[in-house]
Amino acid sequence: MSEKNSYYDAADLGNFAAMGECAPDLWEKFMAYYGAVFESGALTKREKALIALAVAHAVQCPYCIDAYSQSCLENGANEEQMTEAVHVACAIRGGASLVHGVQMKNVVKGLSM
Amino acid sequence: MIPPFEARIANPTLRRTAERLEVLQVNVGRRCNLACGHCHMESGPNRTELMTRKTMEHVLRVLRSWKFKTLDITGGAPEMTPNFQWLVEEGIKSGAHVMVRSNLVILNEPGYEHLPEFFAEHGVEVVASLPYYTERDCDRQRGSGTFRTVIAMLQKLNALGYGRDERLPLDLVYNPGGAFLPPNQAELEREYKTRLSADFDVIFNRLFAITNTPVGRFGDFLRRTGNFDRYRQRLHDAFNPAALEGMMCRFQLSAAWDGGLYDCDFNQAAKLPVKGPANIRDLGDVPEGREIAFGEHCYACTAGAGSSCGGATA
Repeated sequence: MSEKNSYYDAADLGNFAAMGECAPDLWEKFMAYYGAVFESGALTKREKALIALAVAHAVQCPYCIDAYSQSCLENGANEEQMTEAVHVACAIRGGASLVHGVQMKNVVKGLSM
Repeated sequence: MIPPFEARIANPTLRRTAERLEVLQVNVGRRCNLACGHCHMESGPNRTELMTRKTMEHVLRVLRSWKFKTLDITGGAPEMTPNFQWLVEEGIKSGAHVMVRSNLVILNEPGYEHLPEFFAEHGVEVVASLPYYTERDCDRQRGSGTFRTVIAMLQKLNALGYGRDERLPLDLVYNPGGAFLPPNQAELEREYKTRLSADFDVIFNRLFAITNTPVGRFGDFLRRTGNFDRYRQRLHDAFNPAALEGMMCRFQLSAAWDGGLYDCDFNQAAKLPVKGPANIRDLGDVPEGREIAFGEHCYACTAGAGSSCGGATA
């Protein structure tokens, strides 16, 4: 592997299709599915882009954050809406940690006199 | 590597103007009361390029003899060019549909406050720039305080019948607030209508979603922020061949403040003149078709849903 100063390179996003090289059938199925998911349906394209932006922050994927920040803008969302979407991701991630505190409480209760 | 735009036009018919030209677009001057970040004309208060009455006479002569349906007046703030009202009146007398592209903020300035009534009296279509329906996003692009003034002027136009009376159309123009493509025009129009009506009791007819073209002040912004190559690539990758037929250059002729002729306002900014007589004073009274002069910036008009001064084209 060549030496790089970062695991992430913005230009790599443009090479995503390289993932189709050794498994073209799986790639094509994934891309067809991916495209269908983002078509407008019961949810608008904008709503889906905002969900994707929130999920991108939850999974902390820099490629997805780049792509879906642009997609949100191109679907008419503004920075205010996008910031709220990131807070939704933040609340769910934080809440998920906090609600596991109930398990901690249960363990403590089980071990305590 | 981005291929030349012309190489993407397989059908040679689409490299020429349509049989009948519909719109004579006239950029009467670069002077403007604003200096918007996206302005491809780099207009502003210190610009001195203004169309003379003599050139306007040639515009009106060609408007009549070539039987253009529409006189589309733009700028700058076209209202700041001397003889602007005369040009509008003569255009109307010629039987053309006259539209004025206004920033609306000018209508609140001393010396211009009578213009909403003037527009209504003459049945002028008003096309107003409003890059978004919220103050923060709008002011970032057009300058502090512009949003509130525009809303007040829209309310004034509505009170005169604009947006309600069918002889008084009022259209808004959205353009992206940065290096990205515009959203779906129909969806955005619904959203603008809902929000402007609920928040400000403002109504309008159509929303035109226009793609920013990488020339002029917007081109400078792209270079300054390191976005130029990525944006060019974005426009190229979003090339939609279905948008070729409706390119506005095929249906119009564009004249600059000095009478210089272009295929569109963006070609004016790019200093790419028509292939034919160079000035409106040199045009005869018989309409002529022409080969269109293309540049790389033309990819902005064929990206995604297509773009023109009248919004999406595909």
